Amino acid sequence: MNKLNGQSVKNLLIRNARIVDPVNKVDEVMDLHVQSRKIVKWGKALQAEDAETMDAKGLCLMPGLIDLHVHFREPGYEHKETIESGVQAAIAGGFVACVTMPNTKPACDNAQVVKYQMERANILNFNLLPSGALTQGREGKKVAEMAEMKVSGAVAVTDDGNWVVDSGVARRAYEYAATYGLPVMTHAEDPTISLNGVMNEGIVSTKLGLRGRPNASEDIAIARDIELTRLIKCHLHVQHVSTCGGVAMIRRAKDEGLPVTAEATPHHLALTDEEFVKYDTFYKMNPPLRTEKDRQAVIRGLEDGTIDAIATDHAPHAFEEKDMDIEVAPFGTIGLESAFGVVLTELYHGRKWKIEDVLRKMSIAPSEILKKTNFGRLKAGEHANFILADLDLEWVFEQKNVYSKSVNSCFFGKKLKGKVLHTFVKGFQYSL
Amino acid sequence: MMSNGTKIQWTRKDLLGLKDLSAAEIGLILDTAKSFSEVSQRAVKKSPALRGKTVVNLFLEPSTRTRVSFELAEKRLSADAIGMASGGSSMTKGESLWDTIANIEALKVDLIVMRHSSSGAPHRVSNYTKCGIVNAGDGINEHPTQGLLDIFTLRELKGKIRGLKVVFVGDILHSRVARSNVWGLTKLGAEVVLCGPKTLIPWGIEELGVKVIHDVRKAIDGADAVTLLRIQMERQNETLFPSIREYASTFGLNTELFKLAKPDAILMHPGPVNRGVEIESALADSTQSYILKQVTNGIAVRMAVLYLLSGALKNE
Repeated sequence: MNKLNGQSVKNLLIRNARIVDPVNKVDEVMDLHVQSRKIVKWGKALQAEDAETMDAKGLCLMPGLIDLHVHFREPGYEHKETIESGVQAAIAGGFVACVTMPNTKPACDNAQVVKYQMERANILNFNLLPSGALTQGREGKKVAEMAEMKVSGAVAVTDDGNWVVDSGVARRAYEYAATYGLPVMTHAEDPTISLNGVMNEGIVSTKLGLRGRPNASEDIAIARDIELTRLIKCHLHVQHVSTCGGVAMIRRAKDEGLPVTAEATPHHLALTDEEFVKYDTFYKMNPPLRTEKDRQAVIRGLEDGTIDAIATDHAPHAFEEKDMDIEVAPFGTIGLESAFGVVLTELYHGRKWKIEDVLRKMSIAPSEILKKTNFGRLKAGEHANFILADLDLEWVFEQKNVYSKSVNSCFFGKKLKGKVLHTFVKGFQYSL
Repeated sequence: MMSNGTKIQWTRKDLLGLKDLSAAEIGLILDTAKSFSEVSQRAVKKSPALRGKTVVNLFLEPSTRTRVSFELAEKRLSADAIGMASGGSSMTKGESLWDTIANIEALKVDLIVMRHSSSGAPHRVSNYTKCGIVNAGDGINEHPTQGLLDIFTLRELKGKIRGLKVVFVGDILHSRVARSNVWGLTKLGAEVVLCGPKTLIPWGIEELGVKVIHDVRKAIDGADAVTLLRIQMERQNETLFPSIREYASTFGLNTELFKLAKPDAILMHPGPVNRGVEIESALADSTQSYILKQVTNGIAVRMAVLYLLSGALKNE
């Protein structure tokens, strides 16, 4: 397995980097000084005594990326991923902080599991931000112990893959979460409609003879959750929006002033259900890849601010699990290591986004949603959490380069433009 | 053995579905089947065409009629045939499908006839192995040899396919037979009509060039052929229709209704037949019913497929 080793930064002067920090309204070629793992300052022609220097000419120095949606599988599914291997994948992709999902075994539905995950990440010097379960055992029946989880470090609550079907339970759980200011992250999907579908329901599933999950399964769930938000005024965060109808409803909810935020994944903005033609299980994810119309709606949603953030839904599965027939193989794709390249290729290069726009979706908005203002910007006196990237570097994402423990990516073999070359996390430097 | 004037050469090592085939390829299989159908009429039902070839029948989902039909086709071609069912294989011990296929290939097998409960399983397997793969039914996707034998029977009785009105009544959604027929018949220029409640019709299937008519009387009006599909009793709890009783009274076909079709219309059914549900017993046994003719033709069609694929393997 590939391994990145971090160097604790003692005294480093990064020269000639294009420093981009929209929050601080910075975008120019400058130097940045890091000492004892912390950012000292940035500016033109800095002097730093005894500092090591690094020439970053041609590279972009930006606040580190934050992923609102990852599965690190520990405890319980260490054969798919561990916190250590997940952190490796995150750093390789330029992420300095990740929100982990609670579908571990046991579920992260109590303070002990939150603490365990935080301790594992602290040893690794990574900013792990666990989410806790919304209901006990993610069973959708009884509200989980959110107050204690929050004290232990949980940043949000969600039952992720298990949408709370019972609207009465959901109401109480969302209300309880609102008591503690915890965002409710919803994997909006009515499972009674999705049933045993393996891909998007539409003309492609009909042609391939595969069972489908219609847009309605997601749209109905988003509609209900928006109405609960209207009732409760909890912070609703809609995960991995994939349908044009979902985007439209979130847009309307925001227009009405409801406290709703949303994320979309790189695969939903880059790929469609046409990818399924070879029955390749690496394209089996949930929500499924949808039609071109939906993909365009997701991109428009990102561009007009309806969708606040890009999150990967990094979902590692062992090769032998994923290499089963299409009915049996689990849902999901890894995403941390390809996300920056895919977003730059599709949106920065493909649709002429500014690099600030990318940062807004992958760093600033996530930090705001979590109210973690140490992230999403450069801050003197704080740990170095930033990246150095080449926005024009062309590369091919390949299985042999993966740092995650699992190799189920829907982007293998794809030509990408834009790559993170150095990630600084908590003052440790990792170079790719 | 080959006695037709078809110009094209068969080049595929696999038969995965009728979706992938051209009209000319379908025509070649049908013509080849015609010449093989004579073998089963002889006192000594044997052709040496596949002597020395080994075929494994890998049925990972229960099957009787298709498996027996393939076995007879293989034996009548003088192939060495071996059966493997899921219950008796190491797959029940947790072996992956790809390992099973690799093991079969290591036994120097030429062709694998495969049935699997998951759509697309044979398609993926075909990329892993040098063995020729015959799809004997994958999930709800395709059952190409059944589709071919239906088309063969139709062509034999009507002398053509182009312009015929062919109607399918029943559970289209879960029917790999219907899907293979749709791909094949539309390529050959038939007018295809699908009939059933909306709950049993796949999303957007009209885009494949077929008509959907929910009223069974309108659907079979003026039909040249009607194929009934079995109502799968096990799907009753998915609430796709309220009861077998209502299904039978609404979509079940009887002698009276069948008079709406052309006077010389033929009735087909891939089997097994649920008498009294999708079809009245008297109609199933009538002179217009060609259900058993389909069964007989199945052997010739499967012989043709095995013969053509093994020829393509030889060319590799």
